[in-house]
Amino acid sequence: MKKQFFIYTILILSLVFTGCSDDDPAPEPVNEEEVITTMTVRLTPSGGGSEITLKTVDMDGDGDGEAIVTVSGPLSAGTTYDGIIELLNETETPAEDITEEVEEEADEHQFFYTIGTGLDVTTTYDDEDGYGDPIGVEFTLTANTASSGDLTFTLRHEPNKSADGVADGDITNAGGETDITETFPIIVE
Amino acid sequence: MRKHAVVLLLLSQLIVHSQNCNYTISGKVIDLHDGSLLSGATLVVSETELATQTTLDGVYTLSNLCNNTTYKIKVLHSSCQTKIFSVKVTGHMKRDFRLEHHLEELNEIILEGKAYENTTKTVLENNVSKETLERFSTGSMGDALSSLSGVTSLNKGNGIVKPIINGLHSSRLVIINNDVRMQDQEWGVEHAPNIDINSIGRLTLVKSAGALQFGGDAVGGVIIVEGQKVPVKDSLYGKTLVSAASNGRGAIMSSHLTKSFENGYYATVHGSLKRFGDFEAAHYNLTNTGLAERNASLRLGLNRFNHGLEAYYSFFNNEIGILRASHLHGAADQVRALSSNTPLIVNDFDYQIGAPKQQVTHHLARIKGFKKFENFGKLSLQYDYQQNNRLEFDIRRGDDKDKAALDLKLDTHTVLLDFDSNSNNAIHLKSGLMARYQNNFANPETGVRRLIPDYKKYDLGLYLIGDYKVNDQWQIEAGARFDYVHMDVYKFYRTSFWENRNYDELYPNIVIEDLGTQVLTNPNLKFNNGSATLGAKYSFNEDYHLFFNYALASRAPNPSELFSEGLHHSGARIELGDLSFKSEIGHKISATLQRDHESSSFSLNPYINTISNYVIIEPTSVRETIRGNFQVWEYRQTQAQLIGIDVDAAYKYNEHISSTHQLSVVKGYDRKKDLPLISMPPISTRNEIKFTYPRFHNLKMELQSQYVFAQNEYPNNNFEVYIPETESTETVDISTPPSAYHLLNFNSSIEFKIAKKSLLTVGLGITNITNTSYRNYLNLQRFYADDLGRNFLLNLKLNY
Repeated sequence: MKKQFFIYTILILSLVFTGCSDDDPAPEPVNEEEVITTMTVRLTPSGGGSEITLKTVDMDGDGDGEAIVTVSGPLSAGTTYDGIIELLNETETPAEDITEEVEEEADEHQFFYTIGTGLDVTTTYDDEDGYGDPIGVEFTLTANTASSGDLTFTLRHEPNKSADGVADGDITNAGGETDITETFPIIVE
Repeated sequence: MRKHAVVLLLLSQLIVHSQNCNYTISGKVIDLHDGSLLSGATLVVSETELATQTTLDGVYTLSNLCNNTTYKIKVLHSSCQTKIFSVKVTGHMKRDFRLEHHLEELNEIILEGKAYENTTKTVLENNVSKETLERFSTGSMGDALSSLSGVTSLNKGNGIVKPIINGLHSSRLVIINNDVRMQDQEWGVEHAPNIDINSIGRLTLVKSAGALQFGGDAVGGVIIVEGQKVPVKDSLYGKTLVSAASNGRGAIMSSHLTKSFENGYYATVHGSLKRFGDFEAAHYNLTNTGLAERNASLRLGLNRFNHGLEAYYSFFNNEIGILRASHLHGAADQVRALSSNTPLIVNDFDYQIGAPKQQVTHHLARIKGFKKFENFGKLSLQYDYQQNNRLEFDIRRGDDKDKAALDLKLDTHTVLLDFDSNSNNAIHLKSGLMARYQNNFANPETGVRRLIPDYKKYDLGLYLIGDYKVNDQWQIEAGARFDYVHMDVYKFYRTSFWENRNYDELYPNIVIEDLGTQVLTNPNLKFNNGSATLGAKYSFNEDYHLFFNYALASRAPNPSELFSEGLHHSGARIELGDLSFKSEIGHKISATLQRDHESSSFSLNPYINTISNYVIIEPTSVRETIRGNFQVWEYRQTQAQLIGIDVDAAYKYNEHISSTHQLSVVKGYDRKKDLPLISMPPISTRNEIKFTYPRFHNLKMELQSQYVFAQNEYPNNNFEVYIPETESTETVDISTPPSAYHLLNFNSSIEFKIAKKSLLTVGLGITNITNTSYRNYLNLQRFYADDLGRNFLLNLKLNY
């Protein structure tokens, strides 16, 4: 009986260890599908003129690398700009257009433009979701007087668009989660 | 048979003359298993009319025996297997007889002696009573364990409950479920043990690493879950339990059915269902905290005196919603959530379980056999297989909306060979071998970088434990174990992290492929872990006992501690592991002074646990990402020390009124940095008064008070973040523990006999009677919402 036990043990042990011989191929890499690496804000003067772009790129998402923020140039005082925001996932080739996803789920997303102290610009939404609430991918920015300060773009997922002031662009009561946020230093000349 | 013995006994009172025989045999009748002396055992000398009974001390004397004659002496005891011994008389003799317990007394095939055997001899073990388990039938195993002193729980909401023993949790605890060590991805703080509370027959807690047969890495302790005991006789019986609760507006249903036969065969089936909607805090709904659970198990076996075989299979599946308002992106969101008194999202009550949520399926299959050899011991062999599949769903966008963000499949095969020696009555030896193979597969289809990498893990362990009963006062125990752990891992590192950590220079040989932004590596990690235990038990008399135990435990770092590298959504923080970690080594010294008496009992259990290479996670910086600012938490190894005391007391005032009292104190420090450890349970005390009136339907009523102090020692992990909307810098207070709180609970039960063999028990309970708003330091949801409000519970239990 003792011998039998011993034999069974060896048998099972050998089964366990042969059953798992090391012949699996290396795992495949995961490319994050949802990650937003790039946000580009294009500001085109309504009356024509050169486009100003505000761009932030963070290729490794929440990895060690920091985002690279660029502003192509100053805004002109007294000018109205047509604004459009483009979001990309550049870890994929070709780059995936995340803006499309945001627009498909328009009622669950909203951009907010937060104007820092000192900066004299105003913004208005130019688009709306199925319920008539703003999305904010398209907007109008008016550069008033010569000034400088921060301009922050924030995309909220599942905000409460019916909360007080949210449809007018006030982020205070918006709730939801931040999908992307970046602050650009802006100069109006 | 017993009648026959009594007649013989009466006859023996007569003076019997048989040849010229004046010799006597005397000695003791002893329980083979625990060495206790058996009183009232009858000894009958075959083919003569001699018989006698043992005294209260288990002593017997048989007189008038003839020299050089071989007698057959039959020894009978009401709870033991009758045995015939052959004795050749050579003068006056001393001879002790040892008896085995009756088969009815034996529980499952592994257990002998007492229905349930203690796993350690020099650590006072604590059990959760059957009543307590039933009272928590709508909750979880962690909730039931928290009723013991020294045990708290680390929660995420009220659906995910991880036990904490003397300040330690997760990988530092070993959970044994029906002889199988649970392999259910216990490393994450939001991963609760996958065990159905309603399937538990007995729940035991060992607050020490001393139970070496289960593993050498239980730095915090061991939790042992056992099934229902099955008697060896012809019977068919069952139990159905239905519990409904007002908070969460849900219920559970659980049923057991057991069929057993005189010849040792038995079968048990069990099934349970649980469904709850959103739970409620005192003043608002906790949106998306519903849960669903489905469990089933089947046990088939043969239990004979000297051999047995048992097959067991269990299925566990649950789906747990996570508070919607606790899902955040970045520090700015955290500031908003922390500054709000109510959760940022509160919707009306709903049974719907949406994202964020987790879904876990756990299969456990085990086959075990044993064979006993006379005067040698018992050999048992077990093979078990477990599969754990964990899915976590996040708030996602676009095509990924319904796709799990985490999909891990953990397969584990284990073979155990154990030998239990009982050849010597005073010395009891246990030894064994363990071989385990584990494979983790992280599904890349999630579209999210793997939180835990793909790996294969090989474990080999061997142990030897012995206990020696020196005399009636002293019992000593010693044991040693060795474990070899080998992990073969495939891990993708972000190139930025790989280089920042200097891994490109430290581990250049493990890189298999460079993918530009990521590198694929193949770390092979090996750990040699030694563990040991040494203890003694001294009994002053029947009531007072002193236990002393030293346990050395070694734990290999888990995959999360080694390989974390990225955003952990549930904590809104970035977590970074360290590939260079060594095994954690704990030295726990504990003592218990116990008075075990019917009318008043108490136990005092001070302990000190010194742990080197203690793995701790702490914030180191704030990282700016395109998604906002995130705090970075890095794992680090340090020297830790936990000191505490658990106090239990019970007093019986009269036959109706009794009270129980508990106090748990634990303090934990990082000795290298001289800082308190995070998430240490605050001091708590629980006091209960119980009224029983057996004559009226076995009426029981209990009123319980639980007071939890505010934790006053904690590390300051607060950080500052700039909020563009308000153009201000805000402190994110993630450190300050919540205030003290006091909860009152009521519980009652009453029994009705509804048929010859059926008993109906009706229970009514109220938890948080005063509907107090409180937050628990050890609940990860505390940042966002209050804990549970008042709850009415109705239990119906039918035994048949």
